[in-house]
Amino acid sequence: MKLKKKIPLIDQHDKSGFWGGKFGGNFIPETLKKPVEDLTDLFERIRYDKKFLKQRDYYFKNYIGSPTSFKKLQNLSRHLGGAQIYAKMVSEANGGAHKIYNATVHALICKLAGKKYIVGDTGAGYAGKMLSMAAKKFGLKCKIFMGIKDMKRQKPNCTAMRKNGAEIVPVYSGSQTLVDAVSECMRYWVSNCNNTHMCIGSTVGPNIFVKICGWSTAQISRELKIQIESEFQTIPKKIKLINCVGGGSSAYGFWSEFIDYDKKQIELIGVEAGGPKNSKLHAAPLTNSAKLGILHGAAAYVCQNAEGQINDTESISAGLDYPGVSPIHCLLKDTKRARYTSATDEAALNAYKLVTKLERINPSLEPCHAFAEAIKISPKLSKDTVVIVNSCGDAKKDRDILKVRLGKFK
Amino acid sequence: MSLINSAFKKTKNEKRPALLTYTVAGDNNKKKSLEILKSIANYADICEIGFPHNTPIADGGQIQSSAYRALKNGIKIKDVFSIVKDFKQSKQTKPVILMGYYNVIYQYGDNNFINICKKVGVDGLIVVDLPYPENKDFAKKCKKKNINFIQLVSPTTSLNRMKKIIKDSHDMVYYISMLSTTGGKLKVSPKKILERYNKIKKFNKNKNIVIGFGITEKTIASLKKADGLVVGSALCKEISKSVEKRQNPVTNVTNIVKKLRKKIS
Ligand SMILES: Cc1ncc(COP(=O)(O)O)c(C=O)c1O
Repeated sequence: MKLKKKIPLIDQHDKSGFWGGKFGGNFIPETLKKPVEDLTDLFERIRYDKKFLKQRDYYFKNYIGSPTSFKKLQNLSRHLGGAQIYAKMVSEANGGAHKIYNATVHALICKLAGKKYIVGDTGAGYAGKMLSMAAKKFGLKCKIFMGIKDMKRQKPNCTAMRKNGAEIVPVYSGSQTLVDAVSECMRYWVSNCNNTHMCIGSTVGPNIFVKICGWSTAQISRELKIQIESEFQTIPKKIKLINCVGGGSSAYGFWSEFIDYDKKQIELIGVEAGGPKNSKLHAAPLTNSAKLGILHGAAAYVCQNAEGQINDTESISAGLDYPGVSPIHCLLKDTKRARYTSATDEAALNAYKLVTKLERINPSLEPCHAFAEAIKISPKLSKDTVVIVNSCGDAKKDRDILKVRLGKFK
Repeated sequence: MSLINSAFKKTKNEKRPALLTYTVAGDNNKKKSLEILKSIANYADICEIGFPHNTPIADGGQIQSSAYRALKNGIKIKDVFSIVKDFKQSKQTKPVILMGYYNVIYQYGDNNFINICKKVGVDGLIVVDLPYPENKDFAKKCKKKNINFIQLVSPTTSLNRMKKIIKDSHDMVYYISMLSTTGGKLKVSPKKILERYNKIKKFNKNKNIVIGFGITEKTIASLKKADGLVVGSALCKEISKSVEKRQNPVTNVTNIVKKLRKKIS
């Protein structure tokens, strides 16, 4: 298994849709074959279309607010006394997280496909909130599938979705979290694919959904590359790009421009959800070498038992609380281009405490997993090492959890 | 001739469609699901047995409930095989089709799974999330062991694609009546469904085409012209109801199957 240079990772799959010959693909019911094929044809056509690209860039700039800022975390760097720590403030994007890129592109695609209805899944509620925003902006009717456990713990985003006129469909099956929301959303699409477009909230699902999502979030690293060059007048010799990984859309978007670099120069570090400190449940399939399996239409490493039943997961962060992971991250792991590790709930909370005490930023629990890793490794790193964390979500949605766990919310 | 083919031959002689039932192995427990099978086999022509999965992306509420109930009761794939084996010992000529999701098979190993299917007497396999052409290799492996791999076609399948699928199919093809997960209400008129059915049939008259999804006591008679009709969710629902009311699911489900059979005889 080898990565190719100069070809975006999302395009390094074979004719059957597999990355590295075994990750991804299309394990879908017959009914979805045609809609997936139609979507694939449409996307492959418009992604190179000048008019569409102009439209995308227009909305990325004027609606999403690109570029999001890149800033040095002076106090945190000084406090830890090692590497220089920076943050890419993707949480500044309209709506408060990276999910807006994928949502906007899917809404544009939905319009082009002539469909009036759009549906999507959500865990942390950001994917749902952003889809509801984009739907409203482009005049689409929107339904969001969300596990009842997540609806309870991410209330502010539910309020936002409803305000945007979206219907939230509560999902009661299974563990009542993101994994069940995605299943229910796919089932809904099976029944309504003739007039409804489906958005999957991360780089997971059948091949084309991985591609559309990765193509959309790649904007993050296009901006970052320019920002790094402007900050350092060159690409520094030692960079570490740290990103939390749920499905992996944020991480792919943050890394995509840098995958061709030697890993000695630019190390890619993905941080999964380790769950509560002493819990056996986690949402870290890559860190814990979970077996290859099929979930939501794709082959990827997935937390499961010997019988092929998908495991329950547990994480304080609803956005990372997912047993699977993107096929492209499986490839990055197996080719050793990226390194994956996990942070516990407690480590993420401690990271939140430290970062918000020292800096004027307010990262949500998902990126706090990435900050936890930055805090862990930075003290041992040299002063000329540049650590960059993708602060890909805003903590407003975590208000209730933070109040309970830390007694405070910034 | 395969048992599946003979079952259709028999029902054609009787000038009626074959009745195919779907129940989940281990629902509402291991023993009861076997009893249900043995009892309904007196009226059903082919028994489809679901092996449960906890992230079923194409099943509606009824079958999901059955699958969760079976898993909660600790059903394992080896139990599914032992149910089939036991069933087949008392009903040698009744065809059994196992139906489920690919991850369960994949974790077991394709070859391993097919070999054990053969050993316990499985006649056919339906894998919901392994569509054509992705299923080509797997279907070939099944054929080698004289196990029918059952292809699915749906209202979204283009005629061109359908042609290829039928060509690659074995004795039986499953036509999904409408855009729906299992257990949805029949939202297309029987006339439309049969029109589409006839188109599929035209590709190859020798293939047995069954219609499934949304078939209940109410709708079954209107689709009588088909080679076979599958009823699943209505039976799963009956098991749920029986459990709720603390009644014997074996009697209740058998009664429904008896009625279904009467409606198409
Ligand atoms: C703020 C935030 N970060 C990260 C994630 C994880 O998703 P992914 O890894 O797909 O970017 C989510 C998902 O909901 C999120 O809301």
